Amino acid sequence: MPKIRLENLIKRYGNVEVLHGIDLEMADNEFTVLVGPSGCGKSTTLRMIAGLEDVSEGEIYVDEKPISHLEPKDRDLAMVFQDYALYPHMNVAQNISFALRLAKRPKSEIESKVRDVAATVGLTEFLDRKPGALSGGQRQRVAMARALAKDSSMFLFDEPLSNLDAKLRGQMRAELALMSQRVQKNMIYVTHDQIEAMTLADRIVVMHGGYIQQQGTPKELFQRPVNKFVAGFLGMPPMNFLEGVIEERSNGVYVKGDGFDLRLEPEKAAGAKSHSSKEVTLGIRPSDLKYDPDVAAEDALQLDIMVSEYIGAQSVLLCQCGSAKVMVELNSDVPVSFGQSLTFAVNTNGVHLFDRQSEVAL
Amino acid sequence: MRRSVANRLTPYMFLAPAAVIMAIALLYPLGYMIWGSFRDWNPSQTIGEAEFVGLKNYVTLWNDPNFHESLGVTLKFAFFVVSFEMVIGVGLALLLDRDIRGMSVLRTLFILPMMIAPVVVGLMWRYMYHPTVGTFNRFLEDIGLPSVDWLGQHALMSIIIADIWQWTPFIFILSLAALQSLPSSALEAARIDGATGWQQIVHIKLPLMMPVLIVTALLRLIDAFKVLEVILVMTQGGPGLSTEILALRISRTATEFRELGVAAAMSNYLLMLLLLLTVAMFAFNRLQEIRAARTRAAAEEGV
Ligand SMILES: Nc1ncnc2c1ncn2[C@@H]1O[C@H](COP(=O)(O)OP(=O)(O)OP(=O)(O)O)[C@@H](O)[C@H]1O
Ligand SMILES: [Mg+2]
Repeated sequence: MPKIRLENLIKRYGNVEVLHGIDLEMADNEFTVLVGPSGCGKSTTLRMIAGLEDVSEGEIYVDEKPISHLEPKDRDLAMVFQDYALYPHMNVAQNISFALRLAKRPKSEIESKVRDVAATVGLTEFLDRKPGALSGGQRQRVAMARALAKDSSMFLFDEPLSNLDAKLRGQMRAELALMSQRVQKNMIYVTHDQIEAMTLADRIVVMHGGYIQQQGTPKELFQRPVNKFVAGFLGMPPMNFLEGVIEERSNGVYVKGDGFDLRLEPEKAAGAKSHSSKEVTLGIRPSDLKYDPDVAAEDALQLDIMVSEYIGAQSVLLCQCGSAKVMVELNSDVPVSFGQSLTFAVNTNGVHLFDRQSEVAL
Repeated sequence: MRRSVANRLTPYMFLAPAAVIMAIALLYPLGYMIWGSFRDWNPSQTIGEAEFVGLKNYVTLWNDPNFHESLGVTLKFAFFVVSFEMVIGVGLALLLDRDIRGMSVLRTLFILPMMIAPVVVGLMWRYMYHPTVGTFNRFLEDIGLPSVDWLGQHALMSIIIADIWQWTPFIFILSLAALQSLPSSALEAARIDGATGWQQIVHIKLPLMMPVLIVTALLRLIDAFKVLEVILVMTQGGPGLSTEILALRISRTATEFRELGVAAAMSNYLLMLLLLLTVAMFAFNRLQEIRAARTRAAAEEGV
């Protein structure tokens, strides 16, 4: 429920600075996902919010009250750990009720709470089991139930699904999305899985190397990435990058590179023209490339097929465009063969241009 | 065919030297002791010359008030020593399980007493307990308190204190190792769940350390039944029989009273007691394994 605000949060381990000033604001009941590659500082950020790591510099505000001096127990939050962190010597019911028992709530209240929560996550028949006698997915539910039972106003998740197999992960992801709609709390969720991030988040925060690269709704980040890192990180299969040069001709602005010569649509063209450097990286998502043998050359990429990966209705083709590799998706019914050259129409609105040096979007 | 037989024999061939040494160094004296305990055996006789008396030595001991006294002293000693050492050792470990500069030096210092030879420990404490020139009484005098008759009236307490000083570090290092191998995220979860430092100890740390603590306590208990040197040097069992633990009585029966058969029988009583403890320890370990195996099986079927 509360508003959480991180202000210039810095974390140092000894002399090594691993977070370089994180500024972040999370609105009421927002589902915020911190996403980024391994080692970028997601867990550290989350653990600082939880109070498990000291803040080296900066401040964390909850409803505009600074909380970084508070003990974890005084911060009114619940957390689900990557390894679940269940208490191995307590059974499921005791695990779920631990916080309530410490808070000396009346026995009847604890019992009904445990029953409710266990029913919510489907653990009713396992209440007497120890965590050691549960499967990975069941343990994950216990961790979730334990967090739910606390009734805190903030939920923190540190890669809660990463130890599950793909199918279970998909299932739990859906349940989590349902739960977050139902409980209406502030959720901060750490993951390195961009699909989890896209599907769950109200707001995605992409981190890299201890910096926030970009934040916004999943759609904003997907459609208007501010730099090459964000563009390449979100989306599956990932965005294709091709090196090219901006060329102004009488009939428009073109980006020309090894094996392609694309005309830019007017808005992009204006941006490209005003940019100082002409050396750019062109980014196109596979979803913005459509197989179309009849399209004009200036709106298309000519691709030589190298590998075809059949994944059902769609196949993912790894192709060559000049010396660069490009991934495209193609309906599996289209017959293709190795070495064949195909024409793909480029969705001109899906063209992204990045400065080759700074990797910032034009 | 021949080859596979040879292959199967290889491990036994490698084990053979150790087995022979075991047999000579362990089983032979043990058998000798059991054999001797059925005889009326004087040190001047060979075991063959000694008269066979059946269970007489055991029966005599069973009814011997001095033996009872000695057994009582041993039990009392072992009980107090292990209780105090567990409480202090575990307590210290809980206190010192944190990252503070200089902690590694402090930990090393704590372990020092364990590294000193028992005889030296005995001599050291005998000196410190000396009624007039000893460290303790001089100190008491200096601050104006009456002196204490350490190795006289309070001899048992004094040897208990010395043993606690020497062996608490053992419990301390094992507890510390157990503490540091606890899952750190469970403790973090407890902190978030609202556990104070004390509640973390009671609800999480101690229960999770329990298997290690039980084995440690049993090891110490077995050891406490066998202590000899420190007490021999400090009190020689006196005054009276007040600190005559079993190990000491056995050695005196053999050397002073020259009754090897009785001493052997007494050793066997002690051995049986220790065996009981050891079996208890193994049973405990086994129980844990069975429980672990059962939960694992349950987990697999419940996927
Ligand atoms: N106790 C520590 N001492 C020194 N450096 C640390 C410590 N903990 C983390 N780091 C460093 O801080 C950086 C961020 O770590 P963090 O755990 O936040 O990464 P992460 O984004 O959660 O990665 P992952 O996805 O692998 O969990 C890493 O480079 C890591 O090496
Ligand atoms: Mg992490």
